[in-house]
Amino acid sequence: MENVGQSIRKIDGMAIAMGKPVYTEDLAMPNALVVKILRSPHAFAKITSIDISKAESLEGVECILTFKDVPNARFTLAGQSYPEPSPYDRLILDQIVRYVGDEVAIIAAVDEKTALLAMKRIKVEYEVMEPVLDFEQAVGHPSVVHPEEDLSCNFEIGLQKENNITSSSHEEVGDVDEEFKRCAVVVEDVYYPQAQAHTMMETYRAFTYLDHAGRLIAVSSTQVPFHIKRQLARALQIPASKIRVIKPRIGGGFGGKQTGAGDVFAGLVTLKTGKPAMIIYDRKETFSATTSRHAMRLKVKLGADQEGFIRAIDMQVLSDTGAYGEHAPTVLGCVGHYTLPLYNKTRAVRFDGKAVYTNKMPAGAFRGYGATQGTFALESTVNMLAEQLKMDPTEIRLKNISKVGETFLTGPGVMLGSSSLDRCIAKGKELIGWEEKFPRREVGYNKVRAVGMAITMQGSGIANIGTASAEIRLNDDGNFTLLTGATDMGTGCDTILSQMAAEILEVPMEKIIVHAGDTDTSPYDPGSYASSTTYVAGGAVVKAAEELKNKILAQSAAILGVAPQDVEFDGLAVRTLSGDQEISFAKLAELTILGTGKLQLVGYATQGCEVSPPPYIAGFAEVEVDRETGKVDLIDYVAVIDCGTVINPNLARIQAEGGIAQGIGMALYEQVRYDEIGKMATNSFMQYKIPSRKDVGKVRIAFEESYEPTGPFGAKSIGEVVANTPPPAISHAIYNAVGVRENHLPITPEKVFLGMQKL
Amino acid sequence: MQIELTINDKAVKWEVANDEFLADTLRSHGFLSVKKACDTSCCGLCTVWMDGKSMLSCSVLSLRAHGKKITTIEGLPKEAEEFAQILSAEGAEQCGFCSPGFIMSVLAMKNELVNPTEEEIIHYLTGNLCRCTGYMGQLRAIKIYLGVA
Ligand code: FES
Ligand code: FES
Repeated sequence: MENVGQSIRKIDGMAIAMGKPVYTEDLAMPNALVVKILRSPHAFAKITSIDISKAESLEGVECILTFKDVPNARFTLAGQSYPEPSPYDRLILDQIVRYVGDEVAIIAAVDEKTALLAMKRIKVEYEVMEPVLDFEQAVGHPSVVHPEEDLSCNFEIGLQKENNITSSSHEEVGDVDEEFKRCAVVVEDVYYPQAQAHTMMETYRAFTYLDHAGRLIAVSSTQVPFHIKRQLARALQIPASKIRVIKPRIGGGFGGKQTGAGDVFAGLVTLKTGKPAMIIYDRKETFSATTSRHAMRLKVKLGADQEGFIRAIDMQVLSDTGAYGEHAPTVLGCVGHYTLPLYNKTRAVRFDGKAVYTNKMPAGAFRGYGATQGTFALESTVNMLAEQLKMDPTEIRLKNISKVGETFLTGPGVMLGSSSLDRCIAKGKELIGWEEKFPRREVGYNKVRAVGMAITMQGSGIANIGTASAEIRLNDDGNFTLLTGATDMGTGCDTILSQMAAEILEVPMEKIIVHAGDTDTSPYDPGSYASSTTYVAGGAVVKAAEELKNKILAQSAAILGVAPQDVEFDGLAVRTLSGDQEISFAKLAELTILGTGKLQLVGYATQGCEVSPPPYIAGFAEVEVDRETGKVDLIDYVAVIDCGTVINPNLARIQAEGGIAQGIGMALYEQVRYDEIGKMATNSFMQYKIPSRKDVGKVRIAFEESYEPTGPFGAKSIGEVVANTPPPAISHAIYNAVGVRENHLPITPEKVFLGMQKL
Repeated sequence: MQIELTINDKAVKWEVANDEFLADTLRSHGFLSVKKACDTSCCGLCTVWMDGKSMLSCSVLSLRAHGKKITTIEGLPKEAEEFAQILSAEGAEQCGFCSPGFIMSVLAMKNELVNPTEEEIIHYLTGNLCRCTGYMGQLRAIKIYLGVA
């Protein structure tokens, strides 16, 4: 193939690398009002009075808005397909504030200095209430985070607001308790994956204005333009037809920008004042007033027979969704959905989970979306089980993993269409040097080296919900325009989707112009999340390109006076099979577009996905632990990936390396922490350490391609699955090194040190 | 206050406030390659050169640029593009938000270090954070650029 499978550089690569003005802030009008948010200093309080008079009178202040000035319709910031499963539990501004950082007032002024000065002059009085800070105490806590009557859900998610339960989920196949009794070996443990911050380099931002038709235009650094449009319509109570959302280049998202942030505030200011407005969250706000990964407690129990077949799995999950329920039910569900199908020799499986409200920053979507937490817990327990059974950890996986053509207990009838996970495991063993290194080697000076491993899966799109449309036109000049709603956030989907179109249309990539991420002109696409773009949007592009190709063949044949089956594509032309006649695309375009009675050739397609084929990874870590200090150095990380056909090897590899680095951060360094009154203690890069280039060791990626029959060119997803293996694989390696099994992430030197003292 | 400085080889006179930082001044004059990603001098995205040495423009008062030579990536189109081509051939400009500052550091490193080892490269660039790429692709690009692959 000419395009697919090639490491074609990104079409926007040089512009973004060279710092061209293509991001939200660069595009904002210089006269835009500066929007700032006054935030709550209390974790849980009711505003009893708010005096804005001294602020309002400041010269240069354009407007100050409080809870009295906002529409009275609860909504969710979660960017999800309608009807959203996340509860409608927030107002743009509410009289009750539910976490330190919750919004109290919106200030718009001519410049930042004036806005900040005005903020200082707003006097607020609060009736402070007892906050719910420990998520394990949330159920039955005397304080109710969401007492309001008008909180609503689109459908039953198991919400019990009086008990601070946002959502509940239960799934059970077979008799789990009976099955455990029959097992030869049963192991069980409790895990605490932490809240993690996305820390995309471009913080949250949006720029809004009214266009010539009086419509609200939002230029937003978002992964979900269509969802932001719907969210703005509901929150601001204006018709969706009056809103256009445009996504320019964006500086990273990792799921964070699947949740709305400042758009509603800037939008409200523009509606109230008629003026352009710009909101930029600073790093502190991005850390402390947006979303993080859900912190969880997971209890996992596994039972196996004498031969090492896993027969029973029980997983109980408590998820901390913080002050608002963005993505609470779905992240909870994905903990099981993207882990349990890994192993299908089971006879009974139970999943039980609750997400609970607390008075902390909301949790939200984060690359991995529950699978990351679930993988840490399940895979750590499988490693325990292997040890109990005296089996090699790689062997127990090979024995138990689901294979092509098989089904799994919790997804009856869903057959696995592709997997090379067995090859991934074999290849990873070889690359890391498993046979020589497992479990440990002394390297002198009180240091020991060891290896550990884990496997993981994710989905590709959301089965029966995911959808994407694409349109490709033959333009008047013989070039093509590809319209898609997919949202490139640096991941390169504008490039990858063009590669696919170019492959089908047999034209060079330069002939294809991509226009994406604009709700006025793009065909509908939910956005870039749930590992959807390559698989779902790619599927739509392939279909649309095929349709256009057939139209081009038919039209060319008609013009050349031959039957459609007697013509074929040849470079930028269609020619007869006999080779005696041809028509260039430019000529064809001229004949189909210019003049009267013509019809421009367009391919259009919508792709829905009935299944969500899992990509897989086998991850292997080698660590060196200092017995004296507990310091852990990551020496080597090997990830072998099955993402089906690799559409663009370079871009896939960078996705993988970046996701692994985030997983390493989660395993060893990163943690969102709060002080005793519920104020975030980690609101800058000083306190919240993301891995620097010194901290990631060596990360090596290899691909073991499979062919997914439902995917475009056989492709599956890669964006999220890459985040999942480092916590369990690194934790396993540390255990193999010094015998410390640390289930509270991140695994810091202190914890390892203290763990060694207890042995 | 008025300051006189050279920006990308052009002499300019700019009006700046006492408490204004250079990154903001540069952006307000249209040098939009200069990005900011923190308030604590931790990320390196705002890296520009002052008299040929890389520095964090978010942490230097604009007043201090008086009489200095400031260089942004806009002022090094050829040199920066040479490396950017290699970076993008690796796919290591993911969101690209960190790239201009990173490239300014890489070019400064090339001027400062002769035949650096991998460790020296990593050490020199530790202050340039990237959340997308995991750094491996950037390192591959640097090695190709320096001819030490
Ligand atoms: S903006 Fe982060 S170091 Fe300058
Ligand atoms: S490429 Fe996105 S932060 Fe470096």
